Amino acid sequence: MLSFLTDYTLQNVMIGAALIGIISGVLGCFAVLRRQSLLGDTLSHAALPGVCLGFLWAGSRSMESLMAGALLSGAVATVMMLTLTRRTRLKMDAALAVTLSLGFALGVVLLTFIQNRGGAAQAGLDSFLFGQAAATVRGDLYPMAVIVLIGLSLVVVFWKPLKLMTFDPEFAAVSGLPVRLLELFLTGMIALAVVVGLQMVGVILMTAMVIAPGAAARQWSGSLLGMLLLAAFFGATAGITGGVISALAPGLSTGPVIVLVASAIALLSLLFAPQRGLIPSRWRRRHKRSHTSSDRILLTVYELAREHGDWSYRVEQGAVDAYYGMVTEPLLQALAQRDLLKAADHMPDEGPHWQLTETGCEYAAARSRDQSRARRLRQVGRPA
Amino acid sequence: MSHSPSDPDVHHDPSIALHLEDLTVSYGERPALWDIDLDVPAGVMAGIIGPNGAGKSTLIKATLGLVPVSAGHIRLFGEPYGQQRRRVGYVPQRSSVDWEFPTTAVDVVTMGLYGQLSWWRWPGRGERDQALRALEQVGMEALADRQISELSGGQQQRVFIARALVQTPDILLLDEPMAGVDATTERQIIDLLRRLRDEGRTVIVVHHDLQTVQRYFDWLVFLNVRIIAAGALETVYTANNLRRAYGGQVALLDEAQNRPNAPSDA
Repeated sequence: MLSFLTDYTLQNVMIGAALIGIISGVLGCFAVLRRQSLLGDTLSHAALPGVCLGFLWAGSRSMESLMAGALLSGAVATVMMLTLTRRTRLKMDAALAVTLSLGFALGVVLLTFIQNRGGAAQAGLDSFLFGQAAATVRGDLYPMAVIVLIGLSLVVVFWKPLKLMTFDPEFAAVSGLPVRLLELFLTGMIALAVVVGLQMVGVILMTAMVIAPGAAARQWSGSLLGMLLLAAFFGATAGITGGVISALAPGLSTGPVIVLVASAIALLSLLFAPQRGLIPSRWRRRHKRSHTSSDRILLTVYELAREHGDWSYRVEQGAVDAYYGMVTEPLLQALAQRDLLKAADHMPDEGPHWQLTETGCEYAAARSRDQSRARRLRQVGRPA
Repeated sequence: MSHSPSDPDVHHDPSIALHLEDLTVSYGERPALWDIDLDVPAGVMAGIIGPNGAGKSTLIKATLGLVPVSAGHIRLFGEPYGQQRRRVGYVPQRSSVDWEFPTTAVDVVTMGLYGQLSWWRWPGRGERDQALRALEQVGMEALADRQISELSGGQQQRVFIARALVQTPDILLLDEPMAGVDATTERQIIDLLRRLRDEGRTVIVVHHDLQTVQRYFDWLVFLNVRIIAAGALETVYTANNLRRAYGGQVALLDEAQNRPNAPSDA
């Protein structure tokens, strides 16, 4: 196990994947909150032609030239996307989709061109599609680390403007912030994060690294800072786990494994996060039942019947559920067992209905009188 | 005090809270605001009323520099907006933001102070205390640490007002603050705005409900792309102005006129 941690390649993979997870997790939070989840996808696909151009220019697979190329085409894509939304009637989603497919098409054409030229050096280039962590060498880590450091410091320095602009761009503008410039700046930073991850995760799945950690972190945190820190942690966890698994299994692309881990974290968060998770909130709704007495529900049915001037008025279960904001069926069943309510049918396209029995009607009437007497007493007792 | 367009001095009369001159704003083929001349004196509680598409929100947004101005100029207390930023509080429509954003009521109010902090300083204890006092003014101090997604519509609206108040503005611009709030909240908001007016601040409200215009405001702007009329309530709240602003929307007019103290053509 220890030798596993000291293995040179594995070390590189783990450090690199952690770096990618941290930067894309942190910056991805802004994309998630600004409802621009497709942004990462667009930027990563648009980076592919840049990677190819960088390769053609340098004539080799040097990390620096590939990254520079990716950055350049990412910048072109950013400008194109923002121009399309601002100058034309296209909405953001359409502009993103147009830029994404154009960039990817261009990238695949260039990739094919490079491969047809022959030669051994280009062999690794198609690993940019799905990522290849095992190919990471120590020298690749330095440019990555520099970019990550720059990205994180910028988030710290521009914390207030970024937060304000993400929550309420209009108010940010009124406060005197250059919102459009900030938008460009933020998009540029997300492009940076994408470029960092390209070689390990690949252009096709890089978007998941931008979105999944942020989406998962939102489930657990009620503050922006907390969300960013958690997203960094989730991103790093997914990166390290996925990177190690793929490096140990020969021939397995890294991107898909990392993304599977990240998606699993996101899925678990969506289901189980204490406040916002699906299952805890469902559970709370059921739990609320024990605090709601069945007598209150009987009185609700009674009031409805009285308002409709019909003691045998049939109340739909869905209406009672909606009124109490919970599943009331077990309580209704309990009332039926006490012979205060009985099940009834109504329209075939409606759900189950309930109506008062004779005893139920008398019982509810007595309870209702008690309540209004208590209310009157409270009012009389109140000092003038 | 009047100024001709050729006046080389950008300064205008500082006792006029909001001064619009020859203002035209266009979103495309047709102007949203056409040749607006308007002077709102300081210390009034003004309502901007007019039908849908009359340019009410646009007028506020143009004042704040949020939409490009095709022609004309705007002064707040005699100066352009850029120099008066800190004296202006803005309460946008509640629907303009995503209330699922991970933050608390007091944090949103604190964001109102970001513009006053030097850019490297993170908000601290002092800013939080200021924000809490602003929340107290709108009766929301008990919910300060509540997630904003858990607040009701009326509570969210009051958080937005507190975010504007925390800057202690001299002029407050509100875009339909009564939209989608219950009657109790509406009364609380209007009481608060009156209090601010009585403290000498200027309050300008984009308002939708003709039923309440008379009770709420002491100054009115009838807007329908152009200015139909503007002035003290008693001088401009006439059936004729209502008809000119709302055109064919007779049902609305009847409602307004069937109220006691309805305006007459006198």
